[in-house]
Amino acid sequence: MDVVDVPAPRRRRIGGVLLNRLARRLLAGLPAFRVVTLGFTLLAVAAAVAILVQAELLARLLADGVLDGPSAGSVAGLLGLLAGVFAVRAGLSWAQQVLAQRAAASVKASLRRRVLRRTQELGPGWLSGQHTGGLTTTLGRGLDALDPWFTGYFPQLFLAAVIPLAVLVRIATADLASAVIILVTLPLIPIFGALVGMSTKRATERQWRALERLGGHFLDVVAGLPTLRAFGRAKSQAEQVRRIADEHRSATMGTLRIAFLSSLVLELVATLSVALVAVPIGLRTLNGGLGLETALLVLLLAPEAYLPLRALGSQFHASTEGLAVAERCFAVVDAEGGQRHPAVAGGAAAPDAAAGVRFEGVTVRYPGRDEAALDDVSLAIAPGERVALVGPSGAGKSTLVNVLLGLVTPTSGRVLAGGLDLASADAESWRRQLAWVPQRPHLFARTVAENIRLGRPDATDDDVVRAATLAHADEFVARLPRGYETPLGERGAGLSAGQRQRIALARAFLRDAPLLLLDEPTAGLDAGSEAVVVEATARLMAGRTVLVVAHRPAMVLDAGRVVTLEHGRIAGPALRAGVV
Amino acid sequence: MVRRIAGLLRAHLGRLLVAVSASVATELAALALMGTAAWLLARAAEQPPLAALSLAIVGVRAFATGRGVFRYAERLASHDAALRALASLRGRVYDALVPLAPSGLPAYRSSDLLSRMVSDVEAVQDLVVRVLVPVSTAVVVAGVAVGVSAVILPSAAVVLAAGLALAGLVVPLLMVAAARRTARRLAPARAELAAHHTDLLQGSADLVVFGATATALEEAERASERLARLERRTALTTALGGAAAMLVQGVTTVAVTVLALGTRADGGLAGVMVPVVALVALISFEPVLPLVPAVQRLLESRSALRRVLAVLDTPAPVSEPGDAALPAPDGPVTVALRGVSVRYPGATVDAVDRVDLDLPPGRRVAVVGASGSGKSTLLACLMRFIEPSAGTVLLNGADTRRYDGDDVRAVITGVTQDAHLFHTSIRENLRLARPSASDDDLLAALETARLRDWVESLPAGLDTMVGESGGQVSGGQRQRLALARALLADPPVVLLDEPTEGLDPRTADDLMTDLLASTRGRTTVVVTHRLAGLDAVDEIVVMDAGRVVQRGTHAELVAVDGPYQDLWWASRPALAE
Repeated sequence: MDVVDVPAPRRRRIGGVLLNRLARRLLAGLPAFRVVTLGFTLLAVAAAVAILVQAELLARLLADGVLDGPSAGSVAGLLGLLAGVFAVRAGLSWAQQVLAQRAAASVKASLRRRVLRRTQELGPGWLSGQHTGGLTTTLGRGLDALDPWFTGYFPQLFLAAVIPLAVLVRIATADLASAVIILVTLPLIPIFGALVGMSTKRATERQWRALERLGGHFLDVVAGLPTLRAFGRAKSQAEQVRRIADEHRSATMGTLRIAFLSSLVLELVATLSVALVAVPIGLRTLNGGLGLETALLVLLLAPEAYLPLRALGSQFHASTEGLAVAERCFAVVDAEGGQRHPAVAGGAAAPDAAAGVRFEGVTVRYPGRDEAALDDVSLAIAPGERVALVGPSGAGKSTLVNVLLGLVTPTSGRVLAGGLDLASADAESWRRQLAWVPQRPHLFARTVAENIRLGRPDATDDDVVRAATLAHADEFVARLPRGYETPLGERGAGLSAGQRQRIALARAFLRDAPLLLLDEPTAGLDAGSEAVVVEATARLMAGRTVLVVAHRPAMVLDAGRVVTLEHGRIAGPALRAGVV
Repeated sequence: MVRRIAGLLRAHLGRLLVAVSASVATELAALALMGTAAWLLARAAEQPPLAALSLAIVGVRAFATGRGVFRYAERLASHDAALRALASLRGRVYDALVPLAPSGLPAYRSSDLLSRMVSDVEAVQDLVVRVLVPVSTAVVVAGVAVGVSAVILPSAAVVLAAGLALAGLVVPLLMVAAARRTARRLAPARAELAAHHTDLLQGSADLVVFGATATALEEAERASERLARLERRTALTTALGGAAAMLVQGVTTVAVTVLALGTRADGGLAGVMVPVVALVALISFEPVLPLVPAVQRLLESRSALRRVLAVLDTPAPVSEPGDAALPAPDGPVTVALRGVSVRYPGATVDAVDRVDLDLPPGRRVAVVGASGSGKSTLLACLMRFIEPSAGTVLLNGADTRRYDGDDVRAVITGVTQDAHLFHTSIRENLRLARPSASDDDLLAALETARLRDWVESLPAGLDTMVGESGGQVSGGQRQRLALARALLADPPVVLLDEPTEGLDPRTADDLMTDLLASTRGRTTVVVTHRLAGLDAVDEIVVMDAGRVVQRGTHAELVAVDGPYQDLWWASRPALAE
């Protein structure tokens, strides 16, 4: 069969009319596109055959019933066959749904993979500006909105392409006059659909913004209720909420009155066409010009010609939400940016972190900010030196650390490590020489041990326990229900801020890297846990090159040198720690 | 549950009946169209005079027209009823939320939960349009079809009734059970996948620095593939529902045809009625087949509406004194906290633990401390958004429980946490605090909040739309608008919860200084994590884990070892000075 191998031009032709750009992109993510389209094509052909056979059998049986009145036993064969056809149609519908649902599952998985890979390329800087909770929802339940598209609209395309044609051909061989009526009226469905669609589109679009505003009013007021109460306006808004909700209703109804016109027209075309077919064949049967069996066959088949096209329209509307979700996913896939290290592909030399680092005139500007986050910063950290970075919040301390981590690329200037520019170095081998304790470490939904092993997956259990002990984490981990094998909830739920910080310290101990970066490890901790974390941090710093963003005097006491940042610049002279 | 949802819809009963009637008329027109057409053909084959067919011909045309027109009426009527139900439910939910915001409902701690609640309310639309109307229609049409068959051929009616019950009741219920089982199998896979997504999206910095991104991606993809495999496997059963109903339709049609043929052979049925009975049976399934998805919709909207009903039932965190309320306080007010503790429902520790505070007229107090130390809860308590679990808040010497909550907030108010900008003009957002304010008043408040130049530079000035979809308002401008609003309200006691949150450090410090200058002589409580300018306040209260750990003036506190000195040390502009 020629349709077995769906050739590209054919795919494009279908695509141009009935599948928009978005839908075609969605299908491109289907691993077994050809298998699925072949399956749907075969199922549509089989469904068409079953419809024809069913009508044939039913017409024969009913005509006999009217004219001869045969006993049920004498037509048992036909009845059995009819039951068989019904069973086949049910089976075909099942197979179509299975195929569609399986295709949907595959496409969702492939879309998820592309979006996730892209988010990691775009990196933490890009993600910090995103509503990650919303993105998680989109990649989870949100993608399920694609199901109606795959189980409804897409297979319906194949049915709409095959069935009306098959039915028309069969009717033409039975009764040409009826076939002509159907042939003339059938195209009215897409034509009227398009005409009504176009004329209502402008009216709907005009109202769309108003509708959106009225519909969003409730969320706006509910979200602002604390503010309304603070100013004693909550009760007076109750009337407003009801009024706007009612305005929303009448505005929506205004739009729907027009929008539903299209379904009225399509419905009328379909049912009136059946009437247009039925009445003349009735009259011709009366004149003896047409056999009852043929007449019944035409009557049974006529609605089947219109049904797939009408269903296509309503399936399309039901599946638009899924396409909107797909659009959100593709927006991530297409997002600009991502600070991939240029030499990440490998081959570049790895700078030596143990040789110290040097900032030379480093400036960082974030898009959309007036003030530079770092402004012409030059700073040298010698091997084995411990530097504390202090300054008010927003002075650029975290940015400076992020530059060293390779998470932020300098707008100008450069950072040298062992004489090599970080910008042209292999980021991964550079980072392998770093350990990092952030302000708010992320704890992963894995076991405690796996969280500590993050930077050294091959570490032994003994190593993990040793690192945890050094970080003062062993004492509370040992008390957890399953010790190191206790799975942590989302974002480390169940642990206090101080305990999370100690897990992060254990991570850094286990990493055992020559260059240690600490970003206010005690920020936001209550006084009790702070003391423990300070002590563990002091132990971690021993024998390493350290840059610590300090939040408390205790953090500075262990540092050899204190550097003050203010408005992105190094402000204070380098003081000895003892002066503090 | 069912009774309460019925209660919500009772006011719209009339419209619902119109919608269901129109929907039933649509389906009956389809049934009658095929029935009449079949009769027309069968009767014509007996070659009667033309007059015998004229009524049927008119019928065929009328039913064909009627179906389209009734469908249009049904869609309008059902959407109208659904939207009316939505409007009244929104009103009721709003009324229920008023005493709950912001401390009485966990949803107020997360914008995601809040928008889910709002979309839960919209489930009532689905319930009407996709469940109530189709199910009622199916029941009525099935009843009529069985009734018509009973008149023509009673035995066929029995078979048809059984078939319809099987396809419309048994199959959907079995599918619901299957869907539940599927959901139980899928839920752990979904949860696991969501955890991987959260880790990748929120822990990406930790992953990339520790070189673990590739591994984490692979694990997430494995979880995604596991879910897809499960979904592909469950597809085999979830696709069964529609097919099973179709099979029942076929078997029933064949059985009815057998009965019709048998009765016709025995002479118990006129020949012309054979196709009528058979086709009525076949077509009466049309409104019944969509019941499988309708029942699944019902499950979804039921859990959404259950959450809405739970909101309607949530008790208010603060009880109002009602008629026994003291008259609203007047003139200068004195506020005092005496051993106030607050514990949130379900919590094991106090969010605020035995706090004392004196606010005589004109006193200015700053509350500092780590996030989660109880600062905002303290303000919520002052504003009577939440009731102390121990101790008392005194307003002019009387327990604030004895005042109407709105009267308390008329004298103690300001910038709350996450102050909201409504989707309306800057003018309307500001006048919320004082509806009688003139434009000059607004501009003066904006001036103090250091926002006047910006507002005057906007093409639409005070008429500029702001809010969620209002466009270009930065976090800092948002915060300053909230501040201007609080200044405009001009209450005797001003509360400011993190008024400089989201501002860059330089403007934050400038604003804090201006703010303290403009509130001189006015009772003020400011919660802040920036210490610039705090030498101007009368008392600084340092909180840690709900308790006051230090209090005194700036000069006193920096002179002694302790958390305040540490905080001051960390935020000092330059050590060299």
